[in-house]
Amino acid sequence: MTVFSLVIINKAGGLIYNRTFHEGGLNKISTNDYLVLAGTFHGVHAITARLNPVKSAPERPLSNSIPGVPGGILTRPEPPSGLEVLESENFRLQCFNTLTGVKFLLFTDTTQTNVDVIIRRIYDLYSDYVMKNPFYQLEMPIRCDMFDRKLLSYIREVNNR
Amino acid sequence: MSNHLPAGAGNGGGGGRAGDSGLRYPSNGKTIYHRPLNRTKTAELSKAAFAYLFAEMVSYAQRRVTGIQELEKRLNLQGHPIGLKLLDLLLFREPPRTQLRPLNIIALLHFIKINVWTHLFGRQADRLEKSSNPDTPDEFMIIDNEPLVNAYISVPKEMSQLNCAAFAAGIIEGVCDGAGFPARVTAHTVGDTGGGGSNNGSGGGTGADGGRGEGGEMWPGRTVFLVKFQPEVLEREALIGAKS
Repeated sequence: MTVFSLVIINKAGGLIYNRTFHEGGLNKISTNDYLVLAGTFHGVHAITARLNPVKSAPERPLSNSIPGVPGGILTRPEPPSGLEVLESENFRLQCFNTLTGVKFLLFTDTTQTNVDVIIRRIYDLYSDYVMKNPFYQLEMPIRCDMFDRKLLSYIREVNNR
Repeated sequence: MSNHLPAGAGNGGGGGRAGDSGLRYPSNGKTIYHRPLNRTKTAELSKAAFAYLFAEMVSYAQRRVTGIQELEKRLNLQGHPIGLKLLDLLLFREPPRTQLRPLNIIALLHFIKINVWTHLFGRQADRLEKSSNPDTPDEFMIIDNEPLVNAYISVPKEMSQLNCAAFAAGIIEGVCDGAGFPARVTAHTVGDTGGGGSNNGSGGGTGADGGRGEGGEMWPGRTVFLVKFQPEVLEREALIGAKS
Protein backbone atom coordinates (compact mmCIF):
# COMPACT_ATOMS: atom_id res chain seq x y z
CA MET A 1 0.00 0.00 0.00
CA THR A 2 1.60 3.21 -1.16
CA VAL A 3 0.64 6.77 -1.84
CA PHE A 4 2.41 7.82 -5.02
CA SER A 5 1.74 11.49 -5.50
CA LEU A 6 -0.54 14.44 -4.89
CA VAL A 7 -1.81 17.07 -7.30
CA ILE A 8 -3.85 20.10 -6.29
CA ILE A 9 -5.91 21.96 -8.91
CA ASN A 10 -7.42 25.37 -8.27
CA LYS A 11 -10.96 26.24 -9.17
CA ALA A 12 -9.95 27.57 -12.59
CA GLY A 13 -8.27 24.31 -13.55
CA GLY A 14 -4.70 25.45 -12.97
CA LEU A 15 -2.11 23.24 -11.35
CA ILE A 16 -1.07 24.75 -8.03
CA TYR A 17 0.72 21.88 -6.34
CA ASN A 18 2.37 18.69 -7.46
CA ARG A 19 4.49 16.37 -5.38
CA THR A 20 5.71 12.82 -5.76
CA PHE A 21 6.19 10.81 -2.58
CA HIS A 22 7.26 7.48 -3.92
CA GLU A 23 9.72 7.02 -6.76
CA GLY A 24 9.02 4.18 -9.16
CA GLY A 25 5.30 4.01 -8.70
CA LEU A 26 4.45 6.21 -11.64
CA ASN A 27 6.54 7.23 -14.58
CA LYS A 28 7.91 10.74 -14.45
CA ILE A 29 6.21 13.22 -16.69
CA SER A 30 7.25 16.78 -17.32
CA THR A 31 5.80 19.74 -15.49
CA ASN A 32 4.15 20.77 -18.71
CA ASP A 33 2.39 17.42 -18.90
CA TYR A 34 1.25 17.86 -15.32
CA LEU A 35 -0.27 21.20 -16.30
CA VAL A 36 -2.10 19.51 -19.18
CA LEU A 37 -3.22 16.71 -16.88
CA ALA A 38 -4.63 19.24 -14.41
CA GLY A 39 -6.48 21.17 -17.10
CA THR A 40 -7.84 18.05 -18.75
CA PHE A 41 -8.98 16.51 -15.50
CA HIS A 42 -10.68 19.76 -14.60
CA GLY A 43 -12.60 19.70 -17.87
CA VAL A 44 -13.56 16.06 -17.57
CA HIS A 45 -14.67 16.62 -14.02
CA ALA A 46 -16.87 19.54 -15.08
CA ILE A 47 -18.52 17.47 -17.79
CA THR A 48 -19.10 14.45 -15.56
CA ALA A 49 -20.67 16.75 -13.00
CA ARG A 50 -23.13 17.87 -15.71
CA LEU A 51 -24.14 14.34 -16.65
CA ASN A 52 -26.40 14.23 -13.65
CA PRO A 53 -26.48 17.81 -12.47
CA VAL A 54 -29.12 17.71 -9.80
CA LYS A 55 -29.26 15.15 -7.09
CA SER A 56 -32.85 15.00 -5.94
CA ALA A 57 -33.16 16.36 -2.45
CA PRO A 58 -33.42 13.54 0.03
CA GLU A 59 -36.83 13.16 1.61
CA ARG A 60 -36.76 14.56 5.09
CA PRO A 61 -39.36 14.48 7.81
CA LEU A 62 -41.18 17.80 7.95
CA SER A 63 -40.24 18.46 11.57
CA ASN A 64 -36.64 18.61 10.52
CA SER A 65 -36.93 21.46 8.04
CA ILE A 66 -36.90 25.05 9.09
CA PRO A 67 -40.29 26.65 8.46
CA GLY A 68 -40.26 29.88 6.52
CA VAL A 69 -36.77 29.44 5.16
CA PRO A 70 -37.05 28.62 1.49
CA GLY A 71 -34.01 26.76 0.30
CA GLY A 72 -32.64 26.50 3.81
CA ILE A 73 -29.60 24.39 4.42
CA LEU A 74 -31.66 21.30 5.09
CA THR A 75 -33.63 21.43 1.85
CA ARG A 76 -30.87 22.41 -0.55
CA PRO A 77 -29.88 19.56 -2.86
CA GLU A 78 -26.31 18.42 -2.69
CA PRO A 79 -24.09 19.75 -5.45
CA PRO A 80 -23.21 17.22 -8.15
CA SER A 81 -19.99 15.43 -7.35
CA GLY A 82 -18.62 14.53 -10.76
CA LEU A 83 -15.76 12.14 -11.31
CA GLU A 84 -14.43 10.74 -8.07
CA VAL A 85 -12.32 7.69 -8.73
CA LEU A 86 -10.31 6.63 -11.76
CA GLU A 87 -8.63 3.27 -11.66
CA SER A 88 -6.05 1.62 -13.88
CA GLU A 89 -4.11 -1.61 -13.61
CA ASN A 90 -1.28 0.06 -11.72
CA PHE A 91 -2.73 2.96 -9.83
CA ARG A 92 -5.87 4.46 -8.47
CA LEU A 93 -6.69 8.15 -8.73
CA GLN A 94 -9.01 9.58 -6.11
CA CYS A 95 -10.38 13.10 -6.47
CA PHE A 96 -11.67 15.21 -3.63
CA ASN A 97 -13.49 18.34 -4.68
CA THR A 98 -13.88 20.94 -1.92
CA LEU A 99 -16.91 23.19 -1.62
CA THR A 100 -14.87 26.04 -3.05
CA GLY A 101 -13.87 24.03 -6.11
CA VAL A 102 -10.29 23.10 -5.22
CA LYS A 103 -9.49 19.55 -6.32
CA PHE A 104 -7.11 17.21 -4.56
CA LEU A 105 -5.98 14.32 -6.73
CA LEU A 106 -4.25 11.51 -4.92
CA PHE A 107 -2.47 8.79 -6.90
CA THR A 108 -2.17 5.59 -4.90
CA ASP A 109 -1.50 1.91 -5.22
CA THR A 110 -4.64 -0.06 -6.17
CA THR A 111 -4.57 -1.80 -2.80
CA GLN A 112 -4.45 1.40 -0.75
CA THR A 113 -7.28 1.60 1.76
CA ASN A 114 -8.81 4.59 3.56
CA VAL A 115 -7.95 6.97 0.76
CA ASP A 116 -10.79 9.29 1.71
CA VAL A 117 -9.38 9.58 5.23
CA ILE A 118 -5.93 10.42 3.87
CA ILE A 119 -7.32 12.98 1.47
CA ARG A 120 -9.38 14.56 4.25
CA ARG A 121 -6.25 14.89 6.35
CA ILE A 122 -4.42 16.49 3.43
CA TYR A 123 -7.29 18.94 3.12
CA ASP A 124 -6.84 19.71 6.83
CA LEU A 125 -3.15 20.41 6.28
CA TYR A 126 -3.98 22.57 3.27
CA SER A 127 -6.48 24.66 5.17
CA ASP A 128 -4.07 25.06 8.09
CA TYR A 129 -0.71 25.65 6.47
CA VAL A 130 -1.73 27.21 3.17
CA MET A 131 -4.90 29.14 3.83
CA LYS A 132 -3.70 30.58 7.14
CA ASN A 133 -0.43 31.71 5.66
CA PRO A 134 -0.42 35.46 5.02
CA PHE A 135 2.11 35.08 2.21
CA TYR A 136 0.00 32.73 0.12
CA GLN A 137 -1.94 34.33 -2.70
CA LEU A 138 -5.17 32.61 -3.60
CA GLU A 139 -5.19 30.55 -6.82
CA MET A 140 -1.40 30.78 -7.10
CA PRO A 141 1.07 27.87 -6.88
CA ILE A 142 1.62 26.69 -3.32
CA ARG A 143 5.08 27.40 -2.01
CA CYS A 144 4.84 26.91 1.73
CA ASP A 145 7.68 25.16 3.56
CA MET A 146 5.49 24.32 6.50
CA PHE A 147 2.87 22.64 4.29
CA ASP A 148 5.56 20.61 2.50
CA ARG A 149 7.06 19.50 5.78
CA LYS A 150 3.81 18.44 7.41
CA LEU A 151 2.57 16.75 4.26
CA LEU A 152 5.76 14.75 3.76
CA SER A 153 5.85 13.55 7.34
CA TYR A 154 2.19 12.55 7.21
CA ILE A 155 2.55 10.64 3.94
CA ARG A 156 5.72 8.97 5.19
CA GLU A 157 3.74 7.78 8.17
CA VAL A 158 1.00 6.44 5.90
CA ASN A 159 3.42 4.71 3.56
CA ASN A 160 5.28 3.02 6.42
CA ARG A 161 2.16 1.69 8.03
CA MET B 1 -34.59 44.29 28.68
CA SER B 2 -32.47 47.14 29.78
CA ASN B 3 -34.17 50.48 29.83
CA HIS B 4 -31.13 52.72 29.77
CA LEU B 5 -29.69 52.05 26.37
CA PRO B 6 -27.01 54.34 25.04
CA ALA B 7 -28.20 56.80 22.44
CA GLY B 8 -29.08 55.10 19.22
CA ALA B 9 -28.40 51.61 20.54
CA GLY B 10 -31.97 50.41 20.50
CA ASN B 11 -32.66 50.41 16.80
CA GLY B 12 -30.77 47.40 15.55
CA GLY B 13 -30.96 43.74 16.34
CA GLY B 14 -27.29 43.14 16.95
CA GLY B 15 -26.46 46.71 17.90
CA GLY B 16 -27.02 50.05 16.23
CA ARG B 17 -24.87 52.99 15.32
CA ALA B 18 -24.40 55.59 17.98
CA GLY B 19 -24.71 59.01 16.41
CA ASP B 20 -22.07 59.74 13.85
CA SER B 21 -19.08 58.53 15.87
CA GLY B 22 -19.34 55.13 14.24
CA LEU B 23 -19.07 53.39 17.60
CA ARG B 24 -21.25 50.35 18.00
CA TYR B 25 -22.80 49.31 21.24
CA PRO B 26 -24.19 45.90 22.07
CA SER B 27 -27.99 45.97 22.15
CA ASN B 28 -28.14 45.22 25.86
CA GLY B 29 -26.06 48.31 26.61
CA LYS B 30 -23.30 46.36 28.32
CA THR B 31 -19.94 47.34 26.88
CA ILE B 32 -16.65 45.61 27.49
CA TYR B 33 -16.05 48.01 30.38
CA HIS B 34 -18.96 46.55 32.31
CA ARG B 35 -17.33 43.15 32.48
CA PRO B 36 -15.21 42.14 35.45
CA LEU B 37 -11.51 42.00 34.57
CA ASN B 38 -11.03 38.55 36.02
CA ARG B 39 -13.79 36.91 34.05
CA THR B 40 -11.73 36.03 31.02
CA LYS B 41 -8.79 34.84 33.07
CA THR B 42 -9.09 31.22 32.08
CA ALA B 43 -11.04 31.72 28.87
CA GLU B 44 -9.51 30.30 25.73
CA LEU B 45 -9.72 31.50 22.18
CA SER B 46 -9.86 29.61 18.92
CA LYS B 47 -6.42 29.16 17.47
CA ALA B 48 -7.83 29.17 13.95
CA ALA B 49 -9.61 32.47 14.52
CA PHE B 50 -6.39 33.98 15.78
CA ALA B 51 -4.45 32.54 12.85
CA TYR B 52 -6.80 34.17 10.34
CA LEU B 53 -6.73 37.47 12.22
CA PHE B 54 -2.97 37.42 12.45
CA ALA B 55 -2.64 36.56 8.76
CA GLU B 56 -4.70 39.65 7.98
CA MET B 57 -2.61 41.73 10.37
CA VAL B 58 0.53 40.67 8.53
CA SER B 59 -1.01 41.43 5.13
CA TYR B 60 -2.16 44.79 6.45
CA ALA B 61 1.30 45.62 7.73
CA GLN B 62 2.72 44.56 4.39
CA ARG B 63 0.85 47.26 2.51
CA ARG B 64 2.97 50.18 1.41
CA VAL B 65 6.12 49.02 3.19
CA THR B 66 9.41 49.20 1.38
CA GLY B 67 11.50 46.65 3.23
CA ILE B 68 11.43 43.78 5.64
CA GLN B 69 12.77 45.93 8.46
CA GLU B 70 9.87 48.31 8.04
CA LEU B 71 7.41 45.42 8.02
CA GLU B 72 8.87 44.08 11.26
CA LYS B 73 8.71 47.57 12.70
CA ARG B 74 5.02 47.77 11.88
CA LEU B 75 4.28 44.39 13.43
CA ASN B 76 6.26 45.50 16.45
CA LEU B 77 4.15 48.65 16.71
CA GLN B 78 0.96 46.58 16.55
CA GLY B 79 2.11 44.56 19.56
CA HIS B 80 3.44 47.41 21.66
CA PRO B 81 0.16 48.79 23.05
CA ILE B 82 -0.96 45.23 23.89
CA GLY B 83 2.15 44.75 26.01
CA LEU B 84 1.61 48.03 27.85
CA LYS B 85 -1.93 47.07 28.82
CA LEU B 86 -1.11 43.44 29.48
CA LEU B 87 1.41 44.38 32.15
CA ASP B 88 -1.25 46.20 34.16
CA LEU B 89 -3.88 43.52 33.59
CA LEU B 90 -1.66 40.64 34.65
CA LEU B 91 -0.41 42.48 37.74
CA PHE B 92 -4.01 43.29 38.64
CA ARG B 93 -4.85 39.62 38.48
CA GLU B 94 -2.02 38.57 40.76
CA PRO B 95 -3.04 37.92 44.37
CA PRO B 96 -2.82 41.24 46.31
CA ARG B 97 0.32 40.29 48.20
CA THR B 98 2.35 39.62 45.09
CA GLN B 99 1.02 42.54 43.09
CA LEU B 100 4.51 43.95 42.85
CA ARG B 101 5.88 45.39 39.68
CA PRO B 102 9.09 43.72 38.64
CA LEU B 103 11.93 45.82 40.06
CA ASN B 104 14.99 44.35 38.40
CA ILE B 105 15.80 42.88 35.03
CA ILE B 106 15.73 39.25 36.13
CA ALA B 107 12.35 39.60 37.81
CA LEU B 108 10.98 41.34 34.74
CA LEU B 109 12.23 38.65 32.37
CA HIS B 110 10.84 35.92 34.59
CA PHE B 111 7.53 37.74 34.66
CA ILE B 112 7.55 37.78 30.86
CA LYS B 113 8.72 34.19 30.50
CA ILE B 114 6.15 32.83 32.92
CA ASN B 115 3.15 35.13 33.36
CA VAL B 116 2.97 36.90 30.02
CA TRP B 117 3.73 33.77 28.03
CA THR B 118 1.25 31.64 29.93
CA HIS B 119 -1.45 34.24 29.47
CA LEU B 120 -0.79 34.70 25.76
CA PHE B 121 0.24 31.25 24.59
CA GLY B 122 -0.86 28.82 27.29
CA ARG B 123 2.66 27.75 28.21
CA GLN B 124 5.94 29.20 29.40
CA ALA B 125 8.71 30.33 27.10
CA ASP B 126 11.31 27.63 26.60
CA ARG B 127 14.47 29.32 27.72
CA LEU B 128 15.90 32.52 29.12
CA GLU B 129 19.49 33.46 28.45
CA LYS B 130 21.86 36.30 29.03
CA SER B 131 24.21 37.25 26.25
CA SER B 132 27.55 35.62 26.95
CA ASN B 133 29.33 38.27 24.96
CA PRO B 134 30.97 40.68 27.46
CA ASP B 135 30.56 43.57 25.01
CA THR B 136 26.79 43.41 25.20
CA PRO B 137 25.77 43.00 28.83
CA ASP B 138 22.51 44.77 27.98
CA GLU B 139 21.20 41.91 25.82
CA PHE B 140 18.99 39.13 27.04
CA MET B 141 17.29 36.38 25.11
CA ILE B 142 13.89 34.80 25.51
CA ILE B 143 13.72 31.63 23.45
CA ASP B 144 10.59 30.02 22.10
CA ASN B 145 10.93 26.77 20.18
CA GLU B 146 7.76 27.19 18.18
CA PRO B 147 6.05 30.53 18.61
CA LEU B 148 2.28 30.28 18.40
CA VAL B 149 2.04 33.33 16.15
CA ASN B 150 4.18 31.55 13.56
CA ALA B 151 2.31 28.24 13.81
CA TYR B 152 0.91 28.37 10.28
CA ILE B 153 3.22 30.86 8.62
CA SER B 154 5.79 29.89 6.01
CA VAL B 155 7.93 32.85 5.08
CA PRO B 156 8.82 32.91 1.37
CA LYS B 157 12.47 32.48 0.44
CA GLU B 158 12.97 36.02 -0.77
CA MET B 159 11.94 37.31 2.67
CA SER B 160 13.93 34.84 4.74
CA GLN B 161 15.05 37.65 7.06
CA LEU B 162 11.52 38.16 8.23
CA ASN B 163 10.11 36.67 11.39
CA CYS B 164 6.46 37.48 12.03
CA ALA B 165 7.02 36.96 15.73
CA ALA B 166 8.05 40.62 15.58
CA PHE B 167 4.49 41.10 16.77
CA ALA B 168 5.22 39.12 19.95
CA ALA B 169 8.47 41.06 20.25
CA GLY B 170 6.37 44.23 20.20
CA ILE B 171 4.29 42.87 23.07
CA ILE B 172 7.44 42.15 25.09
CA GLU B 173 8.73 45.62 24.31
CA GLY B 174 5.45 47.06 25.55
CA VAL B 175 5.74 45.14 28.82
CA CYS B 176 9.35 46.28 29.31
CA ASP B 177 8.51 49.90 28.52
CA GLY B 178 5.50 49.84 30.80
CA ALA B 179 7.54 48.41 33.65
CA GLY B 180 10.05 51.26 33.33
CA PHE B 181 12.76 49.23 31.62
CA PRO B 182 12.85 50.78 28.16
CA ALA B 183 14.19 48.27 25.69
CA ARG B 184 14.30 47.31 22.04
CA VAL B 185 13.03 43.81 21.33
CA THR B 186 13.55 42.02 18.04
CA ALA B 187 12.67 38.52 16.89
CA HIS B 188 15.16 36.32 15.07
CA THR B 189 14.82 32.88 13.58
CA VAL B 190 17.68 30.60 14.58
CA GLY B 191 16.38 27.25 13.43
CA ASP B 192 17.30 27.80 9.80
CA THR B 193 20.48 26.51 8.27
CA GLY B 194 21.72 30.08 8.03
CA GLY B 195 21.83 30.29 11.81
CA GLY B 196 21.03 33.24 14.00
CA GLY B 197 24.39 34.93 13.84
CA SER B 198 23.80 36.30 10.38
CA ASN B 199 20.40 37.70 11.24
CA ASN B 200 21.44 39.92 14.11
CA GLY B 201 24.63 41.64 13.28
CA SER B 202 25.01 43.08 16.76
CA GLY B 203 26.71 39.98 18.07
CA GLY B 204 23.86 39.14 20.40
CA GLY B 205 23.33 35.98 18.44
CA THR B 206 26.83 34.72 18.94
CA GLY B 207 26.21 33.93 22.57
CA ALA B 208 22.94 32.28 21.80
CA ASP B 209 24.34 30.06 19.11
CA GLY B 210 26.71 28.12 21.31
CA GLY B 211 25.59 24.50 21.46
CA ARG B 212 22.46 25.25 19.52
CA GLY B 213 23.28 23.13 16.49
CA GLU B 214 20.69 20.56 17.37
CA GLY B 215 17.88 23.11 17.19
CA GLY B 216 17.70 23.35 13.41
CA GLU B 217 16.31 19.89 12.79
CA MET B 218 13.98 19.56 15.69
CA TRP B 219 12.62 23.09 15.89
CA PRO B 220 12.78 24.73 12.47
CA GLY B 221 10.81 27.70 13.73
CA ARG B 222 12.83 28.36 16.87
CA THR B 223 12.76 32.06 17.60
CA VAL B 224 14.98 34.17 19.82
CA PHE B 225 13.55 37.38 21.20
CA LEU B 226 16.53 39.62 21.68
CA VAL B 227 15.85 42.13 24.46
CA LYS B 228 18.29 45.03 24.39
CA PHE B 229 17.82 47.36 27.32
CA GLN B 230 18.66 51.03 27.18
CA PRO B 231 21.94 52.01 28.88
CA GLU B 232 20.18 53.85 31.71
CA VAL B 233 18.45 50.63 32.75
CA LEU B 234 21.78 48.90 33.29
CA GLU B 235 23.16 51.94 35.02
CA ARG B 236 20.27 51.90 37.48
CA GLU B 237 20.58 48.15 37.91
CA ALA B 238 24.24 48.56 38.83
CA LEU B 239 23.40 51.28 41.38
CA ILE B 240 20.71 49.14 43.02
CA GLY B 241 23.03 46.17 43.07
CA ALA B 242 25.78 48.20 44.73
CA LYS B 243 23.46 49.56 47.42
CA SER B 244 21.96 46.30 48.58
